Amino acid sequence: MSILVDENTRLVVQGITGKEGQFHTRQCVEYGTNVVAGVTPGKGGQQMDSIPVFNTVEQARLEAGANVSMIFVPPAFAADAIMEAAFAGIEVIVAITEGIPVLDMMRVYHAVKNSGSHLIGPNCPGIISPGKCKVGIMPGPIHMEGSVGVVSRSGTLTYEVVDQLTKNGVGQSTCMGIGGDPIIGTNFIDALKLFEADPGTSGIVMVGEIGGSAEEDAAEFIVREVSKPVIGFVAGLTAPPGRRMGHAGAIISGSSGTAQAKIEAMEKAGITVVRNLGELGKTAVEVFGE
Amino acid sequence: MNIHEYQAKELFKKFDIPIPRGRVAFKVDEAKEIAQELAVLPVVVKAQIHAGGRGKGGGVKLADSAEEAAKIAGEILGMTLVTHQTGPEGKIVGKILVEEGLDIDKELYLGVVPDRATASLVFMASEAGGMDIEEVAANTPEKIIKQQVRPGEGLQPFQGRALAYGLNLEPEVVKQFIPVVAKLYNLFMNYDCSLVEINPLVITKDKKLVALDAKVNFDDNALYRQKEVEGYRDLTEEEALEVEASKYNLNYIKLDGNIGNMVNGAGLAMATMDIIKLAGAEPANFLDVGGGASAEMVENGFRIILSDENVKGVLINIFGGILRCDILARGVVEAANKVGIQVPVVIRMEGTNVEEGRRILDESGLDLQVANDVWDAASKVAEIARSA
Repeated sequence: MSILVDENTRLVVQGITGKEGQFHTRQCVEYGTNVVAGVTPGKGGQQMDSIPVFNTVEQARLEAGANVSMIFVPPAFAADAIMEAAFAGIEVIVAITEGIPVLDMMRVYHAVKNSGSHLIGPNCPGIISPGKCKVGIMPGPIHMEGSVGVVSRSGTLTYEVVDQLTKNGVGQSTCMGIGGDPIIGTNFIDALKLFEADPGTSGIVMVGEIGGSAEEDAAEFIVREVSKPVIGFVAGLTAPPGRRMGHAGAIISGSSGTAQAKIEAMEKAGITVVRNLGELGKTAVEVFGE
Repeated sequence: MNIHEYQAKELFKKFDIPIPRGRVAFKVDEAKEIAQELAVLPVVVKAQIHAGGRGKGGGVKLADSAEEAAKIAGEILGMTLVTHQTGPEGKIVGKILVEEGLDIDKELYLGVVPDRATASLVFMASEAGGMDIEEVAANTPEKIIKQQVRPGEGLQPFQGRALAYGLNLEPEVVKQFIPVVAKLYNLFMNYDCSLVEINPLVITKDKKLVALDAKVNFDDNALYRQKEVEGYRDLTEEEALEVEASKYNLNYIKLDGNIGNMVNGAGLAMATMDIIKLAGAEPANFLDVGGGASAEMVENGFRIILSDENVKGVLINIFGGILRCDILARGVVEAANKVGIQVPVVIRMEGTNVEEGRRILDESGLDLQVANDVWDAASKVAEIARSA
């Protein structure tokens, strides 16, 4: 089993005719994802490879049966693209776009919540259920089918973690990058709920970083609601305060959002926190078994 | 993006938020002129740098005559101001704000910031103005009143009232305070701010509400639609290497250590800094060359890292994934030759065609050590740091 995306996923790619959109659509198709439609306003009626392109997401849902969307639209138009997908009744919306203004995302966040759609990202690598479906820009071959769920605020750091899991024989049910922005559709708690409820997931790896209090909130939630074993890692122990470390959301403000505080909260919640990134795979074998 | 107090006050003026009379000065003569124009005493001379704690560091002083204002201006202009936010190296003061002094009865705090957890803006107000609001929040959280505003719905009139009454303001001050809340909200929304703060917002002896200080930060993601704000950027306030890096679309932050590092992706870059430290060395920087890590990015990255004279070794950690390692390796070798690298380099890369990539690096004739994994890479580079 897996969460949010699987063999029933029918993907529409918003921004399919752009350079990034084309490249990653092909990578998803190659992985086995059922890409049923693309959307680029003004290019309706065309095809990308043999995938039909529509002017609107609603058409993609009605005519091609799309139920999941992946968004590559540039930041100035991305908030609108997410809204369009939500209003069209798309169940899972994966926003890859980096650089969406925070005020735009605040509006989007509440509108999407009200619509009942599930938003992942923005500024994220996407989500993959190994062996079933890939909706995102992550490299497919590093993944392996299995029963460990991975949730992370990062992109390439997630690949590093997954690669170590796979090399140590620990397969994954679903791996999800929730994004490096301050306002994101799915937070750690949302992901933990889904993994806890998924019978195909037996353990969880949670990868955090500096900024905000999502890790602390998740730790509290884990104490109350998560029965499955959790391994954690937090990036940014050496990050200076007050500086935005690449991700818009990765910033220590005054004394809040430090890696140290997050690690302490997670350890207090009984999470096995890995200090040496190089030992994550090995630790996973010890905690989850192979 | 940060701006100076005098620029923030220009914005306040545009939105009709009351500020003290005054202007910015770049020279001693100008300071004297402004003091004479103001025609009230005392006047306040305030150093303009992008950091808080200026008063404690000696960057804010009162003058009882235009001559004294000139003398103080002479002392502050060009001084290296050290505050808890500048770091020990401090910042050189190039501008000062000269303002009328006010008879202050009470100091308040009023600020707006985004709240991640609720995806809304939060107004914070406190009777404990003039103090570090973080300290107030940590020690006496009951002294801070909050109102959450969802930008989709907008600020509601009752929220201004709730803040005003929460601060126990007198009726004639309440009348002035409520419009300030609304104006602050409009400023925040119009300019895509990431923080607007008045600390202190003072009540004068004659019951006038005035923004004695002003702090405004902007959301970097929204600068594309805030062309006016770009004009406020002061490059002298930024690290020269970081400005240089931003021209190449590189995310670079200078740190104090001696091990340079170049990584694709921000999370992995932070984790790489951490593991360098764990292995016993100190990172010299944060550098994210982007998920794709093109040859051109790597070349520019080398240039930036090596401009820092402290760097005794470099660690490159690239998780290629979709990126092919052979192409990456060729890019690294080409960049290393072009830039003329004089320090040892440890490379760890992962992705497709990794063996071919390693062979290219091994046969390059350069001082490159190829590592098998992150810990191996960190250990190798820490060894370089120890022998440096």
